[in-house]
Amino acid sequence: MNKISSPIKFEQKQITFLKRKSTKSIIHKITIYIISIIMSMVILLPISWLLTGALKATGESIYSIPVSWFPTNSFHFENFLKVLNYPTFPLWRPMLNTLFLVVLNVIGVVLSNALIGYAFARLSFPGRDFLFKVVIFTMFVPSTVLLIPQFLVFLKLGWYGTYLPLWVPAFFGSAWNIFIVRQYMRSFPKDLDEAALLDGCNHFQVFTKIILPLSKPVLAVIGVFTVLSVWNEFTRPLIYLNDQTLYPISIGINYFRTVTRSGLNPNLNLVMAGAFISMVPMLILYYFTQDKLVGGIASVGIKG
Amino acid sequence: MDKPKSIAVYRLRKKEITAAYLFLAPWIIGFIVFQLIPIGYSLYASFTDWSLIRPNSHWVNFDNYINMFTHDIYFFTSLSNTIKYVGLTVIPSVIIGLLLALVLNQKIKGMNLFRTILYAPAVIPVVATSILWLNLFNYKMGPINLFLHAIGVVNPPNWMLDPAWFIPAVAITSLWGVGGGAIIFLAGLQNINNSLYEAAEIDGASSWHKFIWITIPMISPSLFFMLITGLVGAFEIFAPAYIMGARADMVIGNQYRFYMLNMYINGFTQGKLGYSSALGWIYIIIVAITIGLVFKFTEKYVYYETGQRG
Repeated sequence: MNKISSPIKFEQKQITFLKRKSTKSIIHKITIYIISIIMSMVILLPISWLLTGALKATGESIYSIPVSWFPTNSFHFENFLKVLNYPTFPLWRPMLNTLFLVVLNVIGVVLSNALIGYAFARLSFPGRDFLFKVVIFTMFVPSTVLLIPQFLVFLKLGWYGTYLPLWVPAFFGSAWNIFIVRQYMRSFPKDLDEAALLDGCNHFQVFTKIILPLSKPVLAVIGVFTVLSVWNEFTRPLIYLNDQTLYPISIGINYFRTVTRSGLNPNLNLVMAGAFISMVPMLILYYFTQDKLVGGIASVGIKG
Repeated sequence: MDKPKSIAVYRLRKKEITAAYLFLAPWIIGFIVFQLIPIGYSLYASFTDWSLIRPNSHWVNFDNYINMFTHDIYFFTSLSNTIKYVGLTVIPSVIIGLLLALVLNQKIKGMNLFRTILYAPAVIPVVATSILWLNLFNYKMGPINLFLHAIGVVNPPNWMLDPAWFIPAVAITSLWGVGGGAIIFLAGLQNINNSLYEAAEIDGASSWHKFIWITIPMISPSLFFMLITGLVGAFEIFAPAYIMGARADMVIGNQYRFYMLNMYINGFTQGKLGYSSALGWIYIIIVAITIGLVFKFTEKYVYYETGQRG
């Protein structure tokens, strides 16, 4: 008797179980939405507050009670033009300076790391494993450790006050990029190189004709990362540059704070406008490259 | 018959090796010129009184290192500030990052939008972030203190000018960018084979047990990676301290200094390059020991799917 009725009971149990699960999953979904929305607000509200401040009239305080999180009554879009053409320190200049540094750095980073990554990924030579271990080791050396040592050398070379320390090193590869490029280039079948070599290509031709075209996606990723990091770079420009006309956007915005101050009035609306201008290009770049970028970071995080 | 072939093979090998070193040349030159030589040079400089404001420098033995511990009032302040900051940011950002990743890993409509938003602070230039938060933390009128007032905090902290609150304020500013870490955890979570969870469910495991016995071990390489890079990043905190501390400098007299900032002020504001190099070497030793300890204590907990330790 018992044995016969148990399957039916079991079914009933399962039905109530499923019902419970669906109400449970609705609650679960709502919780996830609430957390996600709070999280997004924590990120978006400060940015929106920055924009609100940037759009306020000169002389108007960026602070108010209650806090104005959104631009509702002041829309002084001319503030952006004002800071770009500010008489004593027009921000278009640091923007152009940064663009110049970005272009040189991207060329250097893509070129050098493609070459180096190719050697580590596709060629066999004595000392390869040892040299690659050195690369891995330097990945974990904080860049600031080299800050003062490099400054001493560049000072002796007479590079102080020029752009040279800010772009020349890019042409000599960097550990993280070598690692990412090498991982990617290793994933192609070995037959590719062998077939090309049999056809009479030399290694440089294998590189330019076969591996380089296949590696475009990973090179794009390190290129975008380079744009972000050069745009963001603060410490090195700060120690190497002494002429305000050479300032890139990072230290330019910080310097701009002292320029806009008139007496006791810090003109925070203009400072906010400057800060906003400095982040917009990066947010746009991020928006259009996010899938590749996130994939790139993730692959390092998992394999690292 | 055998000989010509082996000569051909030999020539091919030789060609490959020559090519390899040509391809590697930029890195080898760069490593020597931009890393090895500077490091050696700064080790030498740390034993001299090299200064930008004096023409000649002299060998001073261990004076720089001794002065650090006996005469520099900012050495210990800046070191303890930095350690506090590391403590306030590294572990919290790993934990918050992981929790956020668990949320972002849920399959609901619109999740891509949330992911995009969450990662955004990681691409905002640090100068803009610092200026933004400097003003959010304004004592009387800043949105943060107004919010604290609204929820009943009578005496909200004077974030930027109170030495006790400056470090937490900088830490909060950094934690705003925690989404960058969450994305790495998210990729780790998505890499976990679902059959592991299914097997555990058949065995009747609860969500908590699945998290502890499957999720955590499977993403331990990401956890380890974030811990190490987080530590390195937190020790080298500079720009936010430099930007947000500018006013504090005048009012509370350097209590806000972080290690890198102290090194910068000694080396570049005061021109004491020899002393600053010595500070740099102590920094290298402290960071190396910390990372070494983390490696030692976490290594056995990190699980690599391939069975290799990497």
